[in-house]
Amino acid sequence: MNELLQIKNLHVVYQTDEETVYAVNGVDLNLSEGETLGLVGETGAGKTTLALSILNILPPKVGKITEGSILFEGEELVGANEKLIREIQGNKIAMIFQDPMTSLNPLLTIEDQIGEALLLHRKELSKDEISQRVEEMLKMVGIPPERKKEYPHQFSGGMKQRVVIAISLACEPKLLLADEPTTALDVTIQAQVLHMMNQLKKELKTAMILITHDLGVVAEICEKVGIMYAGEIIEVGSLEDIFKGKDHHPYTKGLFGSIPDLNSDVSRLSPIDGLMPDPSALPEGCKFHPRCPNCWEMCKTTVPEYVDLGNGHKIRCHLFGNQNGGGGI
Amino acid sequence: MIGSEEKLIEVRHLKKYFKTKKGMLHAVDNVNFEIIKGKTLGVVGESGCGKSTLGRTLLRLIEPTEGEILYEGNNIVSYGNRKMFEMRKKMQLIFQDPYSSLNPRMSVSEIITEPIKVCKLLKGKKQIEERVREYMNTVGLAERLINAYPHELDGGRRQRIGIARALAVEPEFIVCDEPVSALDVSIQAQVLNLLMDLQEERGLTYLFITHDLSVVKHISDEILVMYLGECVEKAETDQLFSQPLHPYTKALLKAIPSVDLSRKMLESDMLKGEVTSPINPKPGCRFAARCPYCRPECVSEQITLKEVEPGHFVACNLYE
Repeated sequence: MNELLQIKNLHVVYQTDEETVYAVNGVDLNLSEGETLGLVGETGAGKTTLALSILNILPPKVGKITEGSILFEGEELVGANEKLIREIQGNKIAMIFQDPMTSLNPLLTIEDQIGEALLLHRKELSKDEISQRVEEMLKMVGIPPERKKEYPHQFSGGMKQRVVIAISLACEPKLLLADEPTTALDVTIQAQVLHMMNQLKKELKTAMILITHDLGVVAEICEKVGIMYAGEIIEVGSLEDIFKGKDHHPYTKGLFGSIPDLNSDVSRLSPIDGLMPDPSALPEGCKFHPRCPNCWEMCKTTVPEYVDLGNGHKIRCHLFGNQNGGGGI
Repeated sequence: MIGSEEKLIEVRHLKKYFKTKKGMLHAVDNVNFEIIKGKTLGVVGESGCGKSTLGRTLLRLIEPTEGEILYEGNNIVSYGNRKMFEMRKKMQLIFQDPYSSLNPRMSVSEIITEPIKVCKLLKGKKQIEERVREYMNTVGLAERLINAYPHELDGGRRQRIGIARALAVEPEFIVCDEPVSALDVSIQAQVLNLLMDLQEERGLTYLFITHDLSVVKHISDEILVMYLGECVEKAETDQLFSQPLHPYTKALLKAIPSVDLSRKMLESDMLKGEVTSPINPKPGCRFAARCPYCRPECVSEQITLKEVEPGHFVACNLYE
């Protein structure tokens, strides 16, 4: 398979006057063309930061990539020049932001907003062609093209999110970063939007990184899953490995134990005790060890490496792998 | 099911309309239910269906337009201010957003103390502080946080403060308005467990408002499904999940993304369209425009809630 995106040992920090926040700490990630990766984790796990660094839109001066590389179609994006970044942003890599209510410009019609990306990246198109393309995009996301002259406030939340999706897909990007695209929507509308994204993904063969905290959404549209905790991807594997496999990182188990399941009858959930560590003062060794039920001496001092369980299912935990006599479970 | 056990709350024909420029907004329209002491009634629905208005009207934070709210058999709608003040000690509210429902200028101890002082439950600083510490322990807040301010704490801990504040006056009945929807899953599970423990220990009665069906299944004894201000289905939790009757309830259940890989969503199960406006609704079934089984009589006739099986109510023409 063709590697579209290769992230190696990425570190991102937010440097403020008071403290340094370690948001992403050594992420490795590969994504092939047309593949969908679900990135799951709690608030503050560094999911959004990872997406922002791929697009090179970290908050200026505060957010910095300190180490590592991001290869997109073989080209290095870390420290790339303005021209290359411009070419990629919104064109080859596009992003859907979490909140459809605030990510649209209230003063422009949706036609102008969808056309903007085309105006910038498809200079060869004439006005009529752009207008035609806008109509196609609207039809594709299920909005009647007659409504293109309307403003964002005239649309409902689900419709606005469709507009945002139309904008991001206007240039047929190779990679789509979707940051919690359905979190702000009601379940019945969420189902419609997810279904549509699934459809479009197949039609356009776009690779996608779907950032979410909802494991149900992941099960619905992803092929590959990465679980993030305190700026690290602690487990990655195929959908089956993560949702059905036996071997898991203790955090992944905790995450699944926290979800009230419609099909089971447990009277109490089994959540993970404690809280995510403060990213400005991360613990030594494995970052999950203060909350981990299976913690042993080694976890407190040594950062675990990835252990490959085969088929690309990798876990970052000392419980797996036999080096240094570390026992299984 | 309902009968011999003691009813704490009984709501009859509760209506709340808001006047808007475009007309009357029917936020809550003719809702009836009962809650048994020590049990939980879950209220589910999409945003804008009137769940929160229902919760607030029940506590008379918003005055109802019409209808009766019976608390242990007494209609509290007719109560004057003084009597209502006494009632409020028995009925409390936990808010949705732990970020905006706490005063940023008050410390944890001040926040929990306030209701105790307002209701003049305890006198003497020492006694009050003791009570505050007791409640902090109850909800699982470390005592060292007693002088902390809300901004220093994360969402889960803030929500615990909100719960401690609600408990401080030792209420019998608590309206939980989406208490976990702003929290991460692992924290959400901690707070849900806490609420259930408190119910067991203190025999609390909850009205639990949420848009998340898996949460409501987990915590409720009975569930009321709302659509555009009306109750479309009401049944015991197990009954509702094993045998949903109303087309809206069915669609709602199918729309939840499941972590079970064998249960993928199908397009045929999906609801078309969006919620219509609650302003001046047309007669007939409010769900008709999105309903796959819509028949001519659905848009013309008024639809009432009928008991199809004992304890299972549904408002739909399919079950005549």
